Amino acid sequence: MIGQLPFTQYTASQGMSRRGFLKVTGGLSGGLLVAMHLPLAKLAMAEIDSVTGKQTAAPNAFIEISYDNTVTVMIKHLEMGQGAFTGLAVLAAEELDADWSQMKARHAPSNTELYKNLNFGIQGVGGSTGLSNSYDQMRKAGATCRAMLVNAAADKWGISHELISVTRGTISRLDTGASLTFGDLAEAAAKLSPPEDVKLKSPSEFVLIGTKLPKLDTAEKSTGAAIFTQDIKLENMRYAMVAHPPLFGAKLRSFDDTAAKAVSGVLDVKPIPSGVAVIAKNTHAALKGKNALKIDWDTSSAETRSSAALFDEYRAKVDTLGATAASTGDVEKALKNAEETHEFTFEFPFLAHTPMETLDAVIRINSDDTVDAWLGSQLQTVDQGTIAGVVGVDPTRVNLTTMISGGSFGRRAQPDSGFAAEAAHVAKTQPKGTPVKLMWTREDDLQGGRYRPLTVHRFEGAIDNEGNISAWDHAIATQSIVAGSPFEGMIQNGIDPTSIEGAQAPCYELNDFRMTLHTMENKVPVLWWRSVGHTHTAYAVEVMMDYLLEKAGKDPFKGRMALMKEHPRDKGVLKAVYALSQKGTPAKDSARGIAVHRSFGSYVAQVAEVIRDSDGLPKVTKVWCAVDCGLAVNPDIVKAQMEGGIGFGLSSILHEEVSLGDGGAVSQTNFDTYQLLRINEMPEIEVVIVQTENPPTGVGEPGLPPIGPAVANGWRRLTGQMVTTLPMVPAITKMNQEA
Amino acid sequence: MNVNFTLNGEQKSIEVEPDTPLLWILRDELSLTGTKFGCGKAQCGACTIHFNGNATRSCVMPISAVIGAEITTIEGVTSAAADALMAAWKKHDVPQCGFCQSGQMMSAINLLTRNPSPSDDEIDAGMSGNLCRCATYTRIKKAIREASDNLGERA
Repeated sequence: MIGQLPFTQYTASQGMSRRGFLKVTGGLSGGLLVAMHLPLAKLAMAEIDSVTGKQTAAPNAFIEISYDNTVTVMIKHLEMGQGAFTGLAVLAAEELDADWSQMKARHAPSNTELYKNLNFGIQGVGGSTGLSNSYDQMRKAGATCRAMLVNAAADKWGISHELISVTRGTISRLDTGASLTFGDLAEAAAKLSPPEDVKLKSPSEFVLIGTKLPKLDTAEKSTGAAIFTQDIKLENMRYAMVAHPPLFGAKLRSFDDTAAKAVSGVLDVKPIPSGVAVIAKNTHAALKGKNALKIDWDTSSAETRSSAALFDEYRAKVDTLGATAASTGDVEKALKNAEETHEFTFEFPFLAHTPMETLDAVIRINSDDTVDAWLGSQLQTVDQGTIAGVVGVDPTRVNLTTMISGGSFGRRAQPDSGFAAEAAHVAKTQPKGTPVKLMWTREDDLQGGRYRPLTVHRFEGAIDNEGNISAWDHAIATQSIVAGSPFEGMIQNGIDPTSIEGAQAPCYELNDFRMTLHTMENKVPVLWWRSVGHTHTAYAVEVMMDYLLEKAGKDPFKGRMALMKEHPRDKGVLKAVYALSQKGTPAKDSARGIAVHRSFGSYVAQVAEVIRDSDGLPKVTKVWCAVDCGLAVNPDIVKAQMEGGIGFGLSSILHEEVSLGDGGAVSQTNFDTYQLLRINEMPEIEVVIVQTENPPTGVGEPGLPPIGPAVANGWRRLTGQMVTTLPMVPAITKMNQEA
Repeated sequence: MNVNFTLNGEQKSIEVEPDTPLLWILRDELSLTGTKFGCGKAQCGACTIHFNGNATRSCVMPISAVIGAEITTIEGVTSAAADALMAAWKKHDVPQCGFCQSGQMMSAINLLTRNPSPSDDEIDAGMSGNLCRCATYTRIKKAIREASDNLGERA
């Protein structure tokens, strides 16, 4: 089980109340379920199952031990492919001294107090914080549960707990050798009070953490059995699609639904704040109905500027002085006194997340004014509150079930909860008790905004007469992601940290340094996109650095090392990746580029080997990667996330661009016009984990930022072409044509 | 219209709108949700099924074209290649989000059934119709190579 209900149980379960949820999923009427949130004294009371009369699970908990000896860990964060289920379960299993084969995971219910991200204060995940904020919490949950099992065994055997050991899921008494399973003791342990304080293992005592363990969700995900939101089918469920405005900021003026309503299977057409909803008996009818709508949009206040016009505007802006985000020395003086200066402007387009599962949700407003919602939510607290607001009930009346999602990469972490709001508005148009599944098409997804912001960087760097980099003047023009959202408080002194992260404090010692920001405005909704600001800052900083080092006659590896003074971890990964890459035999007519970047507390360096393909375009043949994420809890997941981050990053720097055409409409519609990396373009990847004695930090995003500059630096070395406009494929095609 | 076809070895007779893509019949009407919607334009391969033994995108195949055909979905695959691939997928922990993986699996089964020992280029050619946004491609490749080796040993 990967935590979601089997399909048939969805249809069988009418109420899906919290109790219903537990009854269905618990299956074996409970067992030990321990609330491990702090303070531990707030243990939720166990409930008595009305059907079996046995003591069952208290809902507020992280670990459930069933009579059949399965240990199920409640995962508070969305599993979207980053490995949250396995990653968090192993933390609990380690301290529980469980056997990995008895472990299962499922999403925890939505409950901010119990399941908040300890870094955010709300239930949600982002910024690669899933594992790091859970590290102590889940281990404490496991250790507390273990202590309760040991105490129950001590009571049963009438011996001191010191005569009891727990190894790989077996509880043994040291004097006689008799043993019991967790399941044998679940009921007795559930009646005990949790200990106030538990001792956690030191890393040297870890048995599971740091080893390669099979992921808990691989089997279901390899056989089509895993249930995503798209797969939910409830009794009397209706299927909805929404027609959205063709321009950002356009509003509905009027619509003609005659043809839509004539489509067989269409049940209803209703205007909602974000467009026009078509509700049907099945998906195909909803799609046909949507396409048959005739809608008159009011575009008077819409965004009509093209991407080209926005780039012009941003380029003009970075030639002026923006708000200072960081500054040391006197950059203007250093530029004036320099032997030579080099100036570049970098252009980054809007990017779409395009998770393979488009946005979707199932919402049912019940006749008692409770609401059941099923969706893949990166920000449960925000989505729950938003749905409650739209329906007009207290958030505690919204039972949000987190579903595994077919990717997200930030797409399902909308600060204003726009998608959840739309789903709730659609559900509200239908009779109470009717579940409504809203699904976006790929076109809705690509044209629906919430992109990585279009961004321009301007750099001026200088080299002094001794061949040292003597000035670094860096300006960014971009849209704020958090402005106007509940996360607006992140903005300090006019600087949205997500606009400049990765640029304001590079790992290099630069005496005369300035980093400035222009916060731009337009009506295109933007959002955090896997690794957020680092998507563009790492590229600009590392390509500029590489170029300046080359001009200063320095080696890209040694030159970087020499510029890093107080950055042992950056140096550590750089050194490790360099050593790793030296082992390989270079491909014929290839060149290599290197880059290093710290993001979300983790350090990653990469070397990319690039060749010029027969079409004159870059082909990345091999990537070496070194990562320092502190303690690597799940080394194979760390590696998988590096591989995935490299592929995702490579996809974006080679191909991806959402562009607004003349008049402001998005030009891309589907994967034929928004191209993603395919298997034939995927390089071979070798990853080394640099072990350091630091607590674990995230890996979902940090693998991405270095790949772009590593490829660009290799390509420049190979061809002399400095790529400052992304994506690379059209940019290099143009350069080749002009040459 | 009434449509008769074979689905995962069983005879099916259903009454549907003739222009409905097979994908939605499988998912909405027959509750076989292993086959996914990803693009609706045969661009991503998440909806890959076997149509008379050929890997086919079900999102653009109208049900009227399925009359008399043999359709196999991820829920109904049974072959030595399928077993070898699923074992290799597990060994290499291929999936991340998992959403595209049914389609990947259906294409990989098709590939190994026709060509039990594909070269790297042939793997690329056989699998390039299937997008994976998590970019699990290196592991997909490793798993296909391993399944191919294991099939070879058994033969």
